[in-house]
Amino acid sequence: MSEQLEPLKKNEISVNDVAFTQIETGESVGLLGHLKGFWIPFSKIFKKTLTVEYPEVKAPTAERFHGRHQLNRHPDGLEKCIGCELCAWACPADAIYVEGADNTKDNQMSPGERYGKVYQINYLRCVFCGLCIEACPTRALTMTNEYELADDSRTKLIFEKEDLLAPLRQGMLMPPHPMYPDMDDSNYYKGDVTHAHPSQDVK
Amino acid sequence: MTTEVVDMITVVVDGFEVSVPKGTLVIRAAEKLGIQIPRFCDHPLLDPVGACRQCLVDIEINGRAFPKPQASCTIPVEPGMIVKTQLTSPVAEKAQRGVMELLLINHPLDCPVCDKGGECPLQNQAMSNGQGETRYEGVKRTFQKPINISSQVLLDRERCVLCARCTRFSEQIASDPFITLNERGALQQVGIYENKPFESYFSGNTVQICPVGALTGAAYRFRARPFDLVSTPSACEHCASGCDMRTDVRRGKTLRRLAGDDPTVNEEWNCDKGRWAFKYVTSVDRLTTPLVRNASGELVAASWPEALAAAAKGLKAAKAAVLVGGRATHEDAYGYSKFARVALSTNDIDFRSRVSSDEEREFLAARVVGSSTTYMDIDRADHVLLVGFEPEEESPIVFLRLNKQVRKRALKVSAIATKLSIGVEKLKGKFVKVAPGQEGAAIAAQSLTSKSVILVGERAAESAGVLSAVAALADSSSAKIAWIPRRAGERGALEAGAIGNLLPGGRPVEDAAARVDIAALWGADSLPSAVGKSTNEIYAAVNAGEIGALLVGGVDPLDSDNCQAALAALDKAFVVSLEIASSAVTQRADVVLPVAAVTEKSGSFLNWEGRPRSFDAAVHDSLNRSDLRILSMIAEEMGTSVNLATVTAAIKEISSIGKWDGARASMNKVSVSSHPAVTGDQFILTSWRRLLDLGTLQQGEENLAGTARKTVAVISPKRAQAMGVTDGDQLKISTSLGSVTLSALVEDIHDDAVWAPRNSRGSQLLVNLGVAHGAVVTVVKA
Repeated sequence: MSEQLEPLKKNEISVNDVAFTQIETGESVGLLGHLKGFWIPFSKIFKKTLTVEYPEVKAPTAERFHGRHQLNRHPDGLEKCIGCELCAWACPADAIYVEGADNTKDNQMSPGERYGKVYQINYLRCVFCGLCIEACPTRALTMTNEYELADDSRTKLIFEKEDLLAPLRQGMLMPPHPMYPDMDDSNYYKGDVTHAHPSQDVK
Repeated sequence: MTTEVVDMITVVVDGFEVSVPKGTLVIRAAEKLGIQIPRFCDHPLLDPVGACRQCLVDIEINGRAFPKPQASCTIPVEPGMIVKTQLTSPVAEKAQRGVMELLLINHPLDCPVCDKGGECPLQNQAMSNGQGETRYEGVKRTFQKPINISSQVLLDRERCVLCARCTRFSEQIASDPFITLNERGALQQVGIYENKPFESYFSGNTVQICPVGALTGAAYRFRARPFDLVSTPSACEHCASGCDMRTDVRRGKTLRRLAGDDPTVNEEWNCDKGRWAFKYVTSVDRLTTPLVRNASGELVAASWPEALAAAAKGLKAAKAAVLVGGRATHEDAYGYSKFARVALSTNDIDFRSRVSSDEEREFLAARVVGSSTTYMDIDRADHVLLVGFEPEEESPIVFLRLNKQVRKRALKVSAIATKLSIGVEKLKGKFVKVAPGQEGAAIAAQSLTSKSVILVGERAAESAGVLSAVAALADSSSAKIAWIPRRAGERGALEAGAIGNLLPGGRPVEDAAARVDIAALWGADSLPSAVGKSTNEIYAAVNAGEIGALLVGGVDPLDSDNCQAALAALDKAFVVSLEIASSAVTQRADVVLPVAAVTEKSGSFLNWEGRPRSFDAAVHDSLNRSDLRILSMIAEEMGTSVNLATVTAAIKEISSIGKWDGARASMNKVSVSSHPAVTGDQFILTSWRRLLDLGTLQQGEENLAGTARKTVAVISPKRAQAMGVTDGDQLKISTSLGSVTLSALVEDIHDDAVWAPRNSRGSQLLVNLGVAHGAVVTVVKA
């Protein structure tokens, strides 16, 4: 291979022209020194082990660990997200894409006028800084402790709204459905709505 | 041009001296120094009103101070004035802070759902000149939100800061006082009249100038945030006014268009069509691949080389002509013009895909090409005469400019028309009532001066003798002529020589020196010398078997006055169609080549002044090619060379042509045809297109269509009485070809005439009746 290398030009320095730097070695530690070294691993045999057998065993994360995002729901099942894009605005990695849309009478997804029609988080970009959570004016976006976010393709790591929405809990109805009777969006934010009303079950 | 002597006044703002013309407002004098005083109601093009009180400053004149801070947007500068803004006066600063706090008391905290969020003067100035915390603990005033004040404008009264920009715009600029401030005190609100929606052609401007999110457009509602949008300066493709625009694109899709700021043309305004009619690019069924008609007569998808070869073969096989619509850019029209002469060796090319005449073609060559009447001439005119031209419907920015001068200095406007229009009424114009076809006789009776301007519309070609009379009047009075077509590309196409009697740069085809000029530039041995055929002659020649192939770009055959002949010709000839979407032409074409829409390419239009309005591609990742590029490829395939692969190459070549310094073509005088006698239930039909109608470029925008004016048939009070018709009765207008039935409106119109919109819902006259102007029709009560 060396024949194929281009010949050096004038004044160019080759690798062999550079002098080796002698690495200085310390003085010999002696037998006592060796024994001292072996004592450390030996003493750990009697201590409690710290290794976690992941993935068979999954240790709980810290309570406020920044994991996968979640789009929350109001207690009657309506989405909290209003599609305002403040999360996308706050995101330093440009990982969030949102498109808002009108809530209509037949398609009420969240209280008030506006809901998030498209909601995507790109986990190839997300740095889990949590600025989006701080930006969210309705507490629609929070972070879970889920950290297993690896996959074998790029598209699978762009999470859509269905992937991010919180599951329906007790008393919730799957939107779209009308708002709680005689309540407006400010009642929702004040916490006046605690469960779905039978009249909201339009299906 | 006279230079006005301007008195300059020197004032001190925040310790800096500045000299400004007498009458300048304090807020503008401060702007000149780069000092920004917060404001909401102030707008340089609207009368001062002092409604929001946000611009309070401390002022003293010759040592005497005003006892309280004053609104700097209402006070003109005076000699010896010392102004202290919020930057140097704690009093002004506190006053501004207080006003901001008051404005925010009832302002809802719904910035996250508000379309203005991110580009909101209230948001920005609350950050720069307000305080972070509110001291107000009461309950905010609420209103039902939002309410539609028209199908395209939404009003959220909670957000309004009562600056009166929208109401002042509607009253002062558009003369459409359909919105007003109702109630007083905390309940004061913008409102519309009962049962009268805000149906102004200029309503979109109120959305743009609203300093808060109180007025929003239905089309852009909740679509994006400012940081999502990629903005490109662009030009409007809808009419010949030539508005400067801004196109905002998100992920390859146009989401909104705003009026740009060009003081010489559109100032800061545009019309609703220009603002909201952009969905045609995506909503119609766009052509994505070339199509070629196969042996069994079906149009099937083909590859580009296949389609180009088929097009070249067909165009070479027979005598061919070119029809290019008035929507082409200047560069594309130049491409068609060159292609016709170089590749097809013919002058049979016409950009007028509408009702036209030979008189018009001569008029364009003799009077219009290369002429330079501008908006400035309207500003300075002593009298503006409108002939076959309805500014509000056909070139809205010309209307705004006329309206501005009417309001400012009572400019005299006369309209020679068959019907009194809303626009002319608003301009307080003198309505010279004529029977359809008799416009020419009325023109001669006008007395104009050298400072007058005659605005001639494309409809002047529809009555014989009108353009001859205009030319004669201009000669006798030295008044200026401006020809204002409806479509954006017509003036550019004229200058590019996309017409049978002219070569590029206004060179007459019949002039040997002119042909040598252009032949040298194009590297051709010689150019065809016979004057080419007009649109109707081309259709007739195809039907007679003289022409066998047509190259058609952006033409709607249903716009011509003989659409049956046009469709027959398209069926008969070998047609190569360059189009963005499926149309009556592509359905009949033998080869269809998809082209780029205006947002996907760069180029320029020449507006009615002849002023270039250039634009860049707003959507960058489109694979569609411009007409120009495709024409070059067909030419290569035919074995000749048009050599205009890019818009830049075309611009370079066009600029090297220069103006024609030889003799202009002359014009033959055409006399006015005689007035047909009408008896019984006969009427003479007259019509024009409305701004908002069934135009191809308005497809897919229902909100915009919702504010179109009502489709009516207009007859005079005398005839209405004779027929026993009152407003709202149904009238059936019919010819031998067909009929339309419209509700009647009794208005000021010539007794022999009936007017109907030319291309509105329920009234497509050229298609339904086969005529649009000057023909005798039968009108009966239905």
